[in-house]
Amino acid sequence: MVENRPWMTWITHLVLLGGVLLVAFPLWVAFVASTHPGQNLLSGVMPLLPGDRLFENYATVLGVGLKASGGVPVGLMMMNSTVMALSIAVGKIVISIVSAYAIVYFRFPFRMLCFWTIFVTLMLPVEVRILPTFEVVADLGMLNSYAGLSIPLIASATATFLFRQFFLTVPDELTEAARVDGAGPFRFFVDILLPLSRTNIAALFVILFIYGWIQYLWPLLVTTDESFYTIVMGIQRMVTVADAQPQWHLVMATAVLAMLPPVAVVVAMQSLFVKGLVETEK
Amino acid sequence: MAEIGMSAVKKRYGDTEVIHGIDVAIADGEFIVIVGPSGCGKSTLLRMVAGLETVTEGEISIGGRVVNRLEPKERDIAMVFQNYALYPHMSVFDNMAYGLKIARTPKQEIRARVEEAARLLELDGLLERKPRQLSGGQRQRVAMGRAIVRQPAVFLFDEPLSNLDAKLRVQMRLEIKQLQRKLGTTSLYVTHDQIEAMTLADRLIVMNQGVAEQIDTPMAVYERPETTFVAGFIGSPAMNFLAGRVGAGGHGLSLPGGATITDKGADLSGLAERPVTLGVRPEHLIAVAEAEAELRLAVELVETLGADTLAHGRPVGAEGADDAGALGGEAPGLITVRLPGLATVREGDRLPLRLAEGELHLFDRESGRRLADL
Amino acid sequence: MYKRVTFRDPLLPYLLVLPQMAITLIFFIWPASQALYQSLLRQDAFGLRTQFVGLENFARLLGDPLYLNSFQVTLVFSLAVTFSGLAFGLLFAVMADRVIKGAATYKTLLIWPYAVAPAIAGVLWWFLFNPTIGILAYLLRSIGYDWNHAVDGTDALILVIVAATWKQVSYNFLFFLAGLQAIPKSLIEAAAIDGAGPARRFWTIVFPLLSPTTFFLLVVNMVYAFFETFGVIHATTSGGPGQATTILVYKVFNDGFIGLDLGSSAAQSVILMAIVITLTMIQFRFIERRVQY
Repeated sequence: MVENRPWMTWITHLVLLGGVLLVAFPLWVAFVASTHPGQNLLSGVMPLLPGDRLFENYATVLGVGLKASGGVPVGLMMMNSTVMALSIAVGKIVISIVSAYAIVYFRFPFRMLCFWTIFVTLMLPVEVRILPTFEVVADLGMLNSYAGLSIPLIASATATFLFRQFFLTVPDELTEAARVDGAGPFRFFVDILLPLSRTNIAALFVILFIYGWIQYLWPLLVTTDESFYTIVMGIQRMVTVADAQPQWHLVMATAVLAMLPPVAVVVAMQSLFVKGLVETEK
Repeated sequence: MAEIGMSAVKKRYGDTEVIHGIDVAIADGEFIVIVGPSGCGKSTLLRMVAGLETVTEGEISIGGRVVNRLEPKERDIAMVFQNYALYPHMSVFDNMAYGLKIARTPKQEIRARVEEAARLLELDGLLERKPRQLSGGQRQRVAMGRAIVRQPAVFLFDEPLSNLDAKLRVQMRLEIKQLQRKLGTTSLYVTHDQIEAMTLADRLIVMNQGVAEQIDTPMAVYERPETTFVAGFIGSPAMNFLAGRVGAGGHGLSLPGGATITDKGADLSGLAERPVTLGVRPEHLIAVAEAEAELRLAVELVETLGADTLAHGRPVGAEGADDAGALGGEAPGLITVRLPGLATVREGDRLPLRLAEGELHLFDRESGRRLADL
Repeated sequence: MYKRVTFRDPLLPYLLVLPQMAITLIFFIWPASQALYQSLLRQDAFGLRTQFVGLENFARLLGDPLYLNSFQVTLVFSLAVTFSGLAFGLLFAVMADRVIKGAATYKTLLIWPYAVAPAIAGVLWWFLFNPTIGILAYLLRSIGYDWNHAVDGTDALILVIVAATWKQVSYNFLFFLAGLQAIPKSLIEAAAIDGAGPARRFWTIVFPLLSPTTFFLLVVNMVYAFFETFGVIHATTSGGPGQATTILVYKVFNDGFIGLDLGSSAAQSVILMAIVITLTMIQFRFIERRVQY
């Protein structure tokens, strides 16, 4: 910054460390809880240092799950979450990039109608049309299926607009050069546009994977069969056990497992994540 | 190898006609430069030949085949774009090979042709690079290489040098010329730079507002411009224009500031009393002794260029008024004189001038069309 | 909006937009229009007969103290989440923009909660505040406050606000940081030469220049608090105790999906739609100015 005042630097670091602590504290407590035997967490003061049951607890949840919640193995729920998050991310990217391609690179009747129809989806999140959407999915026989978990969520105005925005910055001369080189619309898309969109696709993938993973209401609506539970909604079944105290050590192990994949993606692909986040909001 | 024909080619966008009917026959192997100011329709014309714009009216043929309805790839052409339009994610090799790959050319032949072109363009060591790792001149060469490997009947160039710095532009200009001589491929080249046009072209098409004002060799265009537009556009510094009037009976010419000149032996009898524009290039205004002067210039500004000196001013007797007859050359209202070497003329001088005989151009004031030489 | 260079094909563009259009029509437009339609109908108790009742469902809702209470809870909740989220995000962003060493590390350590599902965030804080075992409840007790979100409505509301804010701070932090880094350093230096101290520079130069980012985040955070925090509440307080944490989205879920009151649920959906449409419109008016189309 402009001037050099040592005490200001100290305050800056202090505030930031405070922020890091604030942000990390719940995670730490969850991790600590997940390493202790269940009886340590029934009353009194909760320990702040890890215990010795790390492997046992995680093995328990990944294997047989919590007996009190009906015994869905967390491993299976994580699998379901992975399938759902991947299908949503890939599905959204695929259908968005092709529709953006049509809207930008073709002129056809009803083009604007398509554009505005896609736009409208921005204003209709699941939360405002819970019941009728559920009915449609039920009528189509898509309850308790991976298709039901993912397909209704893969329409994406955000992704379509991002690709549209990007396509508009691709120089026209490139398209013309490709035409002179003999490339038709299909080859141009595959050979030129897709490779040029690589970073955008990757950034979008990171964001959409997280989006898919943290879905809660939708899996809650369309799954009744436990074998289709995702981990984020499944954890709710564990904490709201009617006649028993939650088994906190196992609940927290599950929470840690539920956070692990998306957080790992954010930390490992930070620059793509930031790019994706900023670009999709344009 | 092919000739190109255009007959009555027109282009309209909606109700706006931007090209008003171009006719030209281009011989096999000829290097044609389309030159004109921005917005004159030169790029549109080129793009119609390329198949990137539809032809509204008229016919374009390449090698005797009407191509109006053909896709670019079916026209046997290759094009070099202004911004090169290299595929940023492909290596130099792949950029050049892309068209051949689409045309399903056998692999060994692609390699042979690309390497041949690379040798020709001195790109040998750069084939694995990406465009962003190349300099401007190298990118330009890759764009040319991409055109060459196709072995097309026609090369199309759309202002290919406009993104290079001045020095590189001169160098690439020469290279393009040499290359075209070597390959003998019919070429159509669009530029707004008249020096590029003069140096490259076998024949020029000078365009203005959607019309081909003149189609001829560079020297013919320079020496016998058909219109005031061509006269003013080609040549640097630009030609001077003076408002004049042919004398009674076709004798002599009265000029601004009350000066008159003789008809220099030309027959102006059909033009008696006609308002005309006299065009004279800066190098054809010759400084003479006061006694021989036909025109005197009140010098307002002197530019020393080394090889020659430019003096700008107004005819004596017409200094005060901007519209008093000096229609301008380089600057509106000012007459420019090119004097050899480091002439001693100063601002404020009255420079006595003679108009070089046989180098004067007389245009109709209204239509701007050429009337006579003096 | 347009490309000068386009392809021509009679069929291809339709095939390309088909999947997106089909999903949009089947899962978005149709259900939304159903909600609109059903909001004007009333079913009898056995679901046997429906009749058209006009705006009666809406009139009932607006006369229903439970619904009005839910509206109030939502407002308090979303304002609290938005403002505390923005304040913390801005604070950390300003600090992170100041540090020279370790900026990247701080950034990494501050952004990861974005990837945590709201429901999981809720469960984490629920555990921290758990009256029997929670460490924060224990600390509060030691300073004399008897925390119990299972009984006390205010405690419960604070719990869900904290959880929802905790997850969102990282998002605000990122955008504020990007906004700060886009401010030319020369402006700050010019202000310093003009004699403005750090605090004054912040409030007279930096903060006004950040206002587009702030406004954008304001809208995004409102949308987040209104619609995306369902998981926080459903996984922890279930809207209780009493109705203390029943935000609108939770109520529409509960009345429709659990309570099966079709007409009321549809009318609530329509009201929510109106809110989200308004917020989106505000956001897009703003983006129109910010981004060149």
